[in-house]
This record gives sequence, structure tokens and C-alpha cells, in this order.
Amino acid sequence: MKLIAKPIYNRTLRSARNQFPFYLMMSPGLLFIAVMCYIPMGGVLIAFKDYKARDGIWGSAWMDPLFKNFEFFFKSETAKIVTFNTLFYNIVEMVTVTLGALVLAILLSEVKNKFLSATYKGSILLPVFLSWIVVQYIVFGMLSVDRGIVNNIITSNGGEAIHWYSDPSYWRYILPFAYLWKNIGYYSVLYVAAIAGISTDYYEAAQLDGASKWQQVKYVTLPLLKPIIIVLCLLWVGKLFNGGLGDWNGFYTLSNDSGALYGATDVIDTLVFRSLKKLNDYGMSSAIGLYQAVVGFVLVLISNYIIKKTDPDSALF
Amino acid sequence: MVVNKFHLSKVMIHLIFIISALACIVPLLLVVSISFTSEKSLMVDGYHLIPEVFDFSSYRYVFSGAGSITNAYGVTIFVTAVGTLLHLFVTSMLSYSLTRPEVTFRNALTLFVYFPVLFNGGLVPSYILITRYLHLKNTIWVLIVVYLVSAINVLIMKNFFKSISNSLFESARIDGSGEIRTFFSIALPLSKPSLATIGLFTAISYWNDWMTTALYIETPKLYTLQYLLQSLMNNIGYLQANAAASKSIEAAIGMLPSEGARMATCVLAIGPIILLYPFLQKYFEKGLTIGAVKE
Repeated sequence: MKLIAKPIYNRTLRSARNQFPFYLMMSPGLLFIAVMCYIPMGGVLIAFKDYKARDGIWGSAWMDPLFKNFEFFFKSETAKIVTFNTLFYNIVEMVTVTLGALVLAILLSEVKNKFLSATYKGSILLPVFLSWIVVQYIVFGMLSVDRGIVNNIITSNGGEAIHWYSDPSYWRYILPFAYLWKNIGYYSVLYVAAIAGISTDYYEAAQLDGASKWQQVKYVTLPLLKPIIIVLCLLWVGKLFNGGLGDWNGFYTLSNDSGALYGATDVIDTLVFRSLKKLNDYGMSSAIGLYQAVVGFVLVLISNYIIKKTDPDSALF
Repeated sequence: MVVNKFHLSKVMIHLIFIISALACIVPLLLVVSISFTSEKSLMVDGYHLIPEVFDFSSYRYVFSGAGSITNAYGVTIFVTAVGTLLHLFVTSMLSYSLTRPEVTFRNALTLFVYFPVLFNGGLVPSYILITRYLHLKNTIWVLIVVYLVSAINVLIMKNFFKSISNSLFESARIDGSGEIRTFFSIALPLSKPSLATIGLFTAISYWNDWMTTALYIETPKLYTLQYLLQSLMNNIGYLQANAAASKSIEAAIGMLPSEGARMATCVLAIGPIILLYPFLQKYFEKGLTIGAVKE
């Protein structure tokens, strides 16, 4: 017995000693994730509590009835508006950005001049690096009611100045356009990289068979890009309830957080942010946050399931 | 005929790109132009792409504005520099160790790192944790802490470290190098390109972040550039309506935001990004390709 047990014990000890430096190196990152990501998960309890800062999370009383925070949210008109807006904008953005980026990428790979190609790429990438606050300034410069450049053009041609910041109906177009403007460069460059990875053999063979440029795009480029397009689209679906790429700041800043525009600009994330920051309503905003997190989680699982069926290598887990 | 058609399509392609390139650059020029226009001209003529009356007074105004912009610059640069360095340090150590075959629980730990991407507690619990339990509200550290680790960057770095041949690390061990020394003297120098890419992604998100300040910072001394910009924008309507309020905001922010001065602040906030742009573009494209390999 002893003879067998000893080497195993030694091996475990040695392996533990060998592994120790790695655990030491991982510890700051793991500790950070444990504190900043896992501890707040327990905080979803707040959604079921009548949270009072004075009593803390454990001390605060349970809501009576337990789902009161949710009930309040789901009975309001706001729930329908923000859920609709979240879905609407994300689907519109996904379709416009994907299509626009594909068109630009395919055209961009036709530009053989290196200098021009880099210049074009550089220009369409520029908005990617700007913050939504800067975009807010740009939009304001264009749409400001009394001085904006768009109204200048309209009035100098004898038209009536448009009150952009008080009529929600314009924002159904302005927001998707701004997101397209800001994101198209990123996805174009991504697709250009993917197209550059396609072997030239395919195109040479297609040319030998007499395929036109358009036929090459249709029968070579697009089918070969299909997996990456599907994956990017499904990732987007999964992030739907995180405000699309987790990037909901534009909805908040571009409209100057104007109350008159909420009907068209409010999404789940802006609502959570506002009810926490401005109304200090912990219970309701964490209830909405939990609703968002759960739906998002389910969407990610569904997306991943579909990815697994279509292209097992691209599955996230 | 065929030759003609071919040329026409080429011209079309270039035309499309010239239009999209202009669409991306011109709006930014509008902001620059407003910042160089005199305040009087803005009142009379409105905004124009080319200043009607050219003048630098907005910039003079911003820099004389009781140091609020220089202060915000200082805070933002500190947060971006320290945050990015710490991020790279923590991320590279974590992802390197997660790829080492010696680590018994590496798969479980990888799941531990990725799971929060799928499910998280949301904004409110983090807010309560940071303000009430970690007491980070109104400190500069909260601006750094929120972006310290990102699962996506861990994924990118992990893929990179996986591509390095294991025999390199084996031979270092045989030569008597400790694991930590192997990491710093072999793995890190090899990973410079991906460190540069991730560093740029991270630096941009630190530089462009305003939400963290909006949530956790109340002392004007710690305002970041983006938040300063945002509060300038939000206050203007309020200011015009209320003279008494403008006094208190002037005291808080340090200057009364005129239109030109706001745009000048905006230009100053984009400045570093534009200056570093060629560098940014290069590594950004590289980074996209690294990510694309997995995706």
C-alpha cells in the first residue's frame, strides 16, 4: 500500500508546485472576474426586494408580492416600447450594416491600387474610433434647430426649419443611419480580410469558365463568406438584448436624452441607465436588467445551437 | 464596347468610395469648422462647413477656462495609460496561464472567464457593489477598474499563445528558467503584435468612455474629457433658460460653454485619435484579422 501511495502523493505535490507560478499569474485576473462579474450575479436578488440603501441587500425586505417590481414594469406602456425599439433597431442595424459592409468589402477588394485602397479603408474606419459623445456633437452640428447645417440649407431654399429634437418620427431613420455610419467601416474591413483569405484558385477557375465579375461574386465570394456572415449575424442576435454589440450609448447621447423622443429612442439599456441614474429606482431597474439578462442568455444559447447545426467549428461553446 | 463597360464599372467603384469617404470625414470637418468660427458669426450665419469668419477665440477661451479642460485631459490620459498597461498585464498573464498544459483546471477556469459574457447581473448590482461595498465612488480607480479584464481579449490572446510552439517553453525550462521568468522573457516579447492590437482596442475604450464617469463620478476634479463634453452639451439648453443656474454650472465646470468653445473642446478630445490614426488603422486591421481567425 505504502509503496503505491507514496509516488502518487509525490507526483501530486510536484505537479502542484509546478503549477503554482501559473496560478500566481492568473490570480489578479481571476480575482477581478470573481469580484466584478460573479458577485453582482447574486445581486439579481435586488429585483425581488424593496431595496433600501440603509439596510443593504440582505437587510432589505422582500417585495410583496415577490414579482411586484416586474409587474410594475410589464404593466406599463414603457415595457412594450423599449422591447420593440430594442428588437427593431438591432434587426435594422444588423441587416443594413451587414449588407452595406459586404457591398463595400467586395468593391474594396476590386480596388487594386494599394494607396487608394488604404485611403478608402482609412476614411470609412474613422467613425469607428469616435466616441458617441463626439457623434452627438456632429449630429447636433447638422440638426440643431436654429443653426444646424441641414436647417440652414432648408431655410435658405425657402423651406421651413425642422424641429429635429422634438419630433420622434425622424429618429427612426436618424439612429439606424448613425449606427450604420459608425459601424460599417469595422465590418467592411473585417469582410475584406475574409475575402483576402479566399484562394485565388477559385477565381482563376471561374474566369476560365467564363464567369463575369458579378457571377464570381455570386458563386465564389458569397458562398465562401457564408459561414462568417452567419456567425456574425447570429452573434448580433445573441447580443440583441445587450443593445447590439453592447453599444447602446448612441441611443442615449444622440437624442440628447430628450424626453420628447423616448417613443423612438428608448431601448432597454437606456431605460435601465436612466432609472438608476436619474430616478434612483433600484428595484425596477434591476428587474428590467434581469429581464434583459435572461432574454439575452436564452438568445445566445439559441444562436449557439443554430451555429452548431450549420457550422460546428464556429460554435462559441 | 467591353472595354468601355469595364472602365465605367471601375469609375463607379471609385465614385462610390469617394462618396463614402467624404460621408465619413465631412461631418467631422463640420465640428472643426464650427470651432474655428467666431461666436458672432455663429449667431448670425449658423453653422457652415467653411468658417464665415475665421477666428481662434474659442480655443483661447477653452484653455483659459479655469483649467477644467487641462484637468480633464490629465485625468483621461492617466486613466488611459495606466488602465491600458494594467489591462495588458493582467490579460496576458491570465491568457498565457490558461493555455499551459500543466495547469490542471485550465478548462474549468476558461469557462469561469467566459461565462460572464453570457450572463451577468446587470448594471444595478455592479453599481451597488462598487459604490457601497468597494467604496470606489468618486475615485479615479473606478474609471480604470471597469475595463480591467475583457473576456474577448483573453480569447484573442489565448489563441495567440496557443500558436507559439510549446517546445520553446520546454527548452527554457530545461535551461533552468522559472515559469514566471519564461513568461516575461520569452512569451511576452513574442506577443508584441497582439499586445499592440489589444492595447489599442483597450486604449480607445478607455479614452471614449463617458458612462463610468456619469455613473460613479460627482467631483468635477475627476471628470474625463468625454464626460466634460457630454455635460457641456446637456447644460447648454438649461443655461440659456436659467441665468442663475449658469452661475453654478460655471463654478462647477469652470467655464460657460459657448457654442464654439464646446466644439473646440470636442476637437481637442478627438485630437489624439487623429494624430495616432495611421498607427491605429494599421493595428486595428491586424487585430480584426486575429479575431477573424477564430470567428
